[in-house]
Amino acid sequence: MTDTPLLRVRDLCVSFRTPDGVVRAVDSVSFDVHAGETVGIVGESGSGKSVTANALMRLNSGAQMSTTGSILLDGVDLGSLSEEEVRLRRGRDIAMVFQDPLSALNPFYSVGDQVAEAYRVHHPKARRPEVRDVVVESLGRVGIPEPVKRMYSFPHEFSGGMRQRIVIAMALVNSPRLLIADEPTTALDVTVQAQILELIQRIQQESGTAVLLITHDLGVIAETTERVIVMYGGRVVEEASVESVFEQPTHPYTLGLLGSVRSLDSAGRGSLRAIPGSPPSLIHLPAGCAFRPRCRFELGEGSLCGSSVPTLSVVGRGKSACHLDVAERERLITAVDG
Amino acid sequence: MLYFILRRTVFAVVLLLAVSLCTYVLFSALPSDPAALTCGKNCTTEVIERNRVRLGYDKPILEQYGLFMEGIVKGRTYGPGEAAVHCPAPALGYSFKRHQCVTALISRSLPVTISVSVGAFVLWMLLGVGLGVLAALKRGRWQDRVATGFSVIGISLPTFFVALLAVLIFTVWWPVLDFPSYTGILTNPWKWAKALVLPWSTLAVVSASTYVRMTRNGVIEVMSEEFVRLGLAKGVRRSVLIVKYVLRAALVPIVTIAGLDFAALLGGAVITESVFNLPGVGKLAIEAVVDSDLPVLVATTLVAAAFIVLANAVVDVCYGFLDPRVREG
Repeated sequence: MTDTPLLRVRDLCVSFRTPDGVVRAVDSVSFDVHAGETVGIVGESGSGKSVTANALMRLNSGAQMSTTGSILLDGVDLGSLSEEEVRLRRGRDIAMVFQDPLSALNPFYSVGDQVAEAYRVHHPKARRPEVRDVVVESLGRVGIPEPVKRMYSFPHEFSGGMRQRIVIAMALVNSPRLLIADEPTTALDVTVQAQILELIQRIQQESGTAVLLITHDLGVIAETTERVIVMYGGRVVEEASVESVFEQPTHPYTLGLLGSVRSLDSAGRGSLRAIPGSPPSLIHLPAGCAFRPRCRFELGEGSLCGSSVPTLSVVGRGKSACHLDVAERERLITAVDG
Repeated sequence: MLYFILRRTVFAVVLLLAVSLCTYVLFSALPSDPAALTCGKNCTTEVIERNRVRLGYDKPILEQYGLFMEGIVKGRTYGPGEAAVHCPAPALGYSFKRHQCVTALISRSLPVTISVSVGAFVLWMLLGVGLGVLAALKRGRWQDRVATGFSVIGISLPTFFVALLAVLIFTVWWPVLDFPSYTGILTNPWKWAKALVLPWSTLAVVSASTYVRMTRNGVIEVMSEEFVRLGLAKGVRRSVLIVKYVLRAALVPIVTIAGLDFAALLGGAVITESVFNLPGVGKLAIEAVVDSDLPVLVATTLVAAAFIVLANAVVDVCYGFLDPRVREG
C-alpha cells in the first residue's frame, strides 16, 4: 500500500430531481482505494452502491442529476475534467463490469469485435494483427476455451458465465488500474458465481489491478475483499477490514446484515434473523440516523438518534457512524450474540 | 445463412402461387359476367358467347387459372385465326376495355409508380429517421417538441388533404412549380424530378410521421440498454456509440416495417397518383375498378401482392444480416 491512494473519494453527493422530490442517492460518501487493493461496498438495494460506482466513471446521466464532492484518480479530480478527458480515462484507467452479462454485451457484434473495440478506443494506432493477438490473449486469460475460434461468435451463443468472462476480458484489455465490478455475480448461477469471483481474484493478483467490488452478498465480500464499506440510505455507515467486520461489527446495521445470512459455521447463532422493516425511501429519509426505524439499539425518543445524522468515527480497527458509544455498542452486540 | 435465404425464397414462391390463386378465384366469383362486360350496351347474346369462348371464360375456374398461369410463363393468344390477339409472356391477361395486353399497361405504369415510390421512400426515411433520432437525442427540448409535433400533424392529416394542400400552395398561391405532369426520367430527368417533387413530399410527410415516433421511441429505449452504458464505460466516443450501438439496434425493427411500407407503395400509391394525375399502377387500378376491367384489376392486385411477398422475403433476409440472433432460426 502506498501513501497516496489510487482513488480518493471525498464528500461525494449524487442527487436526482424526480417529480416526487429530490432523491439523495449518495450522501457525503468518502473512501479510498489503494493500488492493488480489493475493496468491497456492501448494502441493500437502494443504498447507493451502484450510483456511487457510476459516479466514479461519471456515468450517471440526466439533466436532473447533480454530483458534488471530489473523485481523485491519481490526484486528478475527475469532476474538473472535460467529457473528452473523462472518456479517455474510461476503460483505460478505470474499467467496469456490470451486473447482467446478458444485456451488457452488444448483441449485434461478435465478442471478438467488442473486445477489440475496447482495445482500439485507447490504442487508435494499433494494427490488425496486434489487435487480434490482444483479443485472443485476453479471451484466453479469462478462460474462454478456443479463443481463436470463439472470438467470431456472437454474445447469444455463450452462456451467462461465459458472457461475464467476456465482459471481464473487455474490462481488462487495457490493464486498468481500477476495476469496478458492480454486482458481477448477482445474475449468475451459484457455481458460476464462484468461478467468476475466482477469476477476478486471480486477475487482481496477476495484474495488480485494484478492485472495487460492489455487492449485496456478504459471502462474496468475505471471499474476495480486504476492506469493506457498508452503505445504508446513501451513506457509509461502517468501514473496516473484512476480518473485523465479520468478527466485530461496530454498527447495528452491519450486525443485522450478518444476522440475515445463513452460515454453516455459525451454529451457535441460531436461525436466520431478518432486519425488520424495509430500506428507507431516499426521498423521505428519516430525520437523524437513517437506520433508526429498523434499529434494535435505538436510544429512544428525544435522543441523538432521532435528531442528528451520525458521522463516521474511529472504532477499534475501523470506522462506523452510530450514536451509541463504543463500549455500549460492544456490550449490546455481544449480548445479542450470546 | 445460405440455407436460410433458400428456405425463405421457396416459401415466398409458394406464397405467391397461393395469393395468385386466391386473387383469381375471388375476382371470378364476382357477380358481374366478364364476358358481358366485353361489349357495350347494344350487345347480342351471340357476341357475348363468342367473346366468352375467345377469352376462355367458358371453362371451369381452375382451368381458367391454369391457362392464366400458363400465359404468365409462355404468353397467350386470345381467339382463333385472323382476329387473334397475342400477348407475349408474361401475359397477365387481355383488357377488353382498352383492347391491350394487361402486361403492356402495367409495364407502362410501373415506372411511374417506381419513380414515385423510390423518391418518396428515400425522402421519408431521411426525414422520419433523422427527425426521430434528433427528437430522441434532444429529448424534452424544443427539437423534440418540433419533431413530435410534426409527427402528430402528419399522422392526423389524410394523404389527399396534404396532396391538395401542396398543390394549392406550390402551384397556385406561390407558383414555384407547375401542376405536375409526368415525364419519363430518360426523356428529361429535370422535368421528371420537378413533376415528382410534390408527390414525393406529400408521401414523405404523411409516412415519415410514423417513423419519427418509431425511431424516437426505439432510440430512447436502446439508449437505456445496459450494453450502451458498457460501451460508454469502455471509453467509446459518444458519436460512435450512437451510430454503432444505438442506431444499429434501433433500426432493426424499423427496417422490417419500412420494407413492407415500401412494397405497399410499389403496389400503387392510389390517392397520390390520382391527385397528381400520375399514370401509375394505382391510377390504373382505380380506372380498372371504375370500368369493371376485370383482367386489369386481377393483374394490379397480383402485382401489389407480389411486391408485398417479395418485400417480406427481402426483409427477412435483411433481418438475418442485421440481427445475428435470427440467423439460426
